[in-house]
Amino acid sequence: MTLVNAIVQGVLLGGMYALFATGLSLMFGVMRVVNLAHGDFAVLGAFFALVLVDSAGLSPLVTLLIVVPGMAAFGYLLQRGLLQRTVGASPLPALLVTFGLSIVVQNLLLQLFSADQRRLQLGSFETGSFQIADDLAIGYFPAVVFAIAVALLVGLSLFLRRTQLGRLMRATSDDQETARLMGVDSRNMYALATAIAFATVALAGVLNGVQTNFSPASGPTLLIFAFEAVIIGGLGNLWGTLLGGIVLGVAQNVGAWIEPAQQVLAGHLVFLLVLALRPQGLIAKGAPV
Amino acid sequence: MTGWAPGGVLLDLVGVDVHYGDFQAIYGVSLALAEGETVTVLGANGAGKSTLLKAITGMLPITAGDIRYGGRSLHGIPVHQRVGMGIALAPEGRRLFPSLTVEENLLVGGHRARPGPWNRRSVYELFPLLRPLRKRPAGVLSGGEQQAVAIGRALMSNPRLLLLDEVSLGLAPIVVKQLYAALPAITASGATVLVVEQDMRQAMAVADRVHCLLEGRTALEAQVSEVTADQVANAYFGSITDAVS
Repeated sequence: MTLVNAIVQGVLLGGMYALFATGLSLMFGVMRVVNLAHGDFAVLGAFFALVLVDSAGLSPLVTLLIVVPGMAAFGYLLQRGLLQRTVGASPLPALLVTFGLSIVVQNLLLQLFSADQRRLQLGSFETGSFQIADDLAIGYFPAVVFAIAVALLVGLSLFLRRTQLGRLMRATSDDQETARLMGVDSRNMYALATAIAFATVALAGVLNGVQTNFSPASGPTLLIFAFEAVIIGGLGNLWGTLLGGIVLGVAQNVGAWIEPAQQVLAGHLVFLLVLALRPQGLIAKGAPV
Repeated sequence: MTGWAPGGVLLDLVGVDVHYGDFQAIYGVSLALAEGETVTVLGANGAGKSTLLKAITGMLPITAGDIRYGGRSLHGIPVHQRVGMGIALAPEGRRLFPSLTVEENLLVGGHRARPGPWNRRSVYELFPLLRPLRKRPAGVLSGGEQQAVAIGRALMSNPRLLLLDEVSLGLAPIVVKQLYAALPAITASGATVLVVEQDMRQAMAVADRVHCLLEGRTALEAQVSEVTADQVANAYFGSITDAVS
């Protein structure tokens, strides 16, 4: 693998990380809630898709039509029924509750599906690629994932900037109390933001399940990658999230190019470097969402 | 909306108490606003003026008495439903959405708009200084510009009752004068206005009636035309005899 190839693959991998990070970033941006069960909900989405593949014989991509709205509805209800009770001045209750949810989801999945590594199969599309040069090929699937990530961020950004619902969501994020004075039901707004976050995390979980193995214990690793992408890019900034994902993906692949065993370590080191030198992230908050 | 007679009582506070935890901020305040009237609530810092507005908007619960609006009690009606009933507040300290542009702030203000004369165009006509700032994030505006946005944002809902909290706070007198110059156009549109102020002179110039609060209690209630500045000042600061005794 050449360095150029490592960087190109890293950029594409970054799309996947950005996809994971979007929901985390959105929930933090709107509610100041750090969802520690984020990775586990991604895995939950992947298992949801797996059940549909096994029972109904659907293609993993077709299951998205059910899994994404299903997880969005679940997110809405979870926020209204449980997470809303943790909203307040202190971030601790939300951290504790989502930490608990993480354990619950992992053990539930372990009970239902065992600890085996699973995979969503997509046939030849999974392994096909464009041959760009002798030693540079771009896989169809990673390219599609990257395109989906960019499309999602563009769509979300347009939604937040151009629609009244998006404006209300940003207003609620700025000042929840004043937004209520304007007639915004902040509980409903929070639940909608969570629903969108869960839709994106379900999408990320299923696509990740096609790209790589997953098991009930995969969640925390996915959470860390999502976290790192968000922090590298800058909290509460969607374009920063894409940039953060790409930086993380490139760091990991270049790290693997230097020393194959240290792929993940290289990503963590770049993350720590950013945290030490530019803790506000590469694109600081205050820049447009 | 249901039609109550013009000139009838729009807002009626009856023996209202408000507490912050164990601390009582408002003691048995009664205050009635007739439709179309402009009333100013004056008082020093901490007299309970903003608290009173928070009770009317529902941001603070009242612990005794009742607040009636358009003939029905507001008890149990959540904050976010009151704006749709025609109650809008330009809060103390402006409280704009800093990451939203001026125009977006207005659009959020119009989220639960009732039918009426106020929209983006009429707000820009009222405050022409905002027109060139439309695309500017509200967080970077000057204090006076922010206050104009805050009033415009409240107007966007076409309020029947407009609550203005400390319009003059932290602003240069000339700017305050410009902002108050907009009030006649607002009342002409039919809105009933409750102005809370520390700046006695400005508020008295626009109001029909004055209501002074002193340490959470009504100290004076009168028609502006029938009261002297000294009487108001006494009620505002507490009279000398009170201070001695």
